[in-house]
Amino acid sequence: MTPLLSVQGITKHYGAHIGCADVSFDLYPGEVMGIVGESGSGKSTLLNCMAGHLAPDAGRVVFDTRKPSEGDAADHENHGPRDTVTMSEPERRMLSRTDWAFVHQHARDGLRMGVSAGGNVGERLMAVGARNYASIRDQATDWLGRVEIDAGRIDDRPTTFSGGMQQRLQIARNLVTGPRLVFMDEPTGGLDVSVQARLLDLLRGLVRDMGLSAIIVTHDLAVVRLLADRIMVMKSGRVVESGLTDQVLDDPQHAYSQLLVSSVLQV
Amino acid sequence: MITLTDVSKTFTLHNQGSAVIAVIDKANLTVAPGECVALTGASGAGKSTLMRMIYGNYLTQSGSIRIGDVDLVQAQPRDVIALRRAKLGYVSQFLRVVPRVPTLDVVAEPLRVLGIPAPAAQDRARALLTQLNIPQRLWGLSPTTFSGGEQQRVNIARGFAHPYPALLLDEPTASLDPHNREIVLSLIADAKARGAAIIGIFHDAEARDRLCDREIDVGAFTPQAVA
Repeated sequence: MTPLLSVQGITKHYGAHIGCADVSFDLYPGEVMGIVGESGSGKSTLLNCMAGHLAPDAGRVVFDTRKPSEGDAADHENHGPRDTVTMSEPERRMLSRTDWAFVHQHARDGLRMGVSAGGNVGERLMAVGARNYASIRDQATDWLGRVEIDAGRIDDRPTTFSGGMQQRLQIARNLVTGPRLVFMDEPTGGLDVSVQARLLDLLRGLVRDMGLSAIIVTHDLAVVRLLADRIMVMKSGRVVESGLTDQVLDDPQHAYSQLLVSSVLQV
Repeated sequence: MITLTDVSKTFTLHNQGSAVIAVIDKANLTVAPGECVALTGASGAGKSTLMRMIYGNYLTQSGSIRIGDVDLVQAQPRDVIALRRAKLGYVSQFLRVVPRVPTLDVVAEPLRVLGIPAPAAQDRARALLTQLNIPQRLWGLSPTTFSGGEQQRVNIARGFAHPYPALLLDEPTASLDPHNREIVLSLIADAKARGAAIIGIFHDAEARDRLCDREIDVGAFTPQAVA
């Protein structure tokens, strides 16, 4: 099976300081990978390098691009595994609107706050060519329902939503175009625990039902245990341990992973 | 179905003076389809550790653990995940679930990840919950608020939702009343009859005698000279 995403030797320096160094892994369709570590360990740098928000100093991010559908204007030769780091900017932008999605920690960074909830979801559809107003609105309504936002709120602006609703709206906006890979940066951070639980259940259901692959950066070990199939533990920009989520959390091998796991407060 | 060959395990505690604790040394074990084997031994002998190694939850340093045609010790995480989904079930002593998810969905989940549509998965979940005497009024609630015995039965229902060919049971009858204990024992007997290879830890000696074809003393795998 071809990996959906193959990350090879990603390195990013900030001057003399290491952001992340020589990170490699393969992600297969339907897999959820968690990246854990304390703040400053390089997990967000890595995520941003993979998602094309930052240019890495070295390394490749090879994504198995979709074959264009019949009659599509896109280049019919250029599909299959491609390095997104060396891809042209318009191509990468197209990818980030179609097959990729990015869920920010702060919903405000991923939403347009001056546009209605329905507009936020519809905008992404229009970016990939949808033009029929009724069909866009129907899909937006459908997605608001899936993320448990009342259809009556479709014309309200996200500024009138609670934090948890904004986060769910951001997820709807991202998933409406049927991406195959979702990058998430602390998706449950800053939400109170009851809202977190609901969001976790929602994300798990979406991953299962849509066959999504996801990369989730978080410092919350309970969140990765419930969402991720595999995890990587990062420290000072390097991956110190990786493996099956429950194995790394229950039987950590590296000194730093042991410290991280044993530092969690028991509830 | 389950074959362990020269399996050894040590724990290295890096943050406690790098102490190295050898827990299992050269364990050998084979369980055929339709067979139930009990792990016995004093508390601390390593019964649960060995069971967790067979589930891939604990890392095995050397030897091989074969479930069907997959060697868990060498397998990639995604192969272990695929194995757990389809072939290797585990009923632990504790229920670990996403908070606020209804009991019915918790029990149906192992079938849903195998691609079974929600209605069929929920039918199976309803049948198991009924069989295990979980009152219907509780099905829509999260099991996190249930009593110990109820949580244990939800955990068992979840573990028996899919007919795994290999099944690991860690004290499945602990904290159950006599009536529910009988029901759980009959579920295990049914799994055995359909050809599942079962490894169990039972402190309940009578249950062990009734269900198990063999007993393996884990004490025999405990390293003799502890460094």
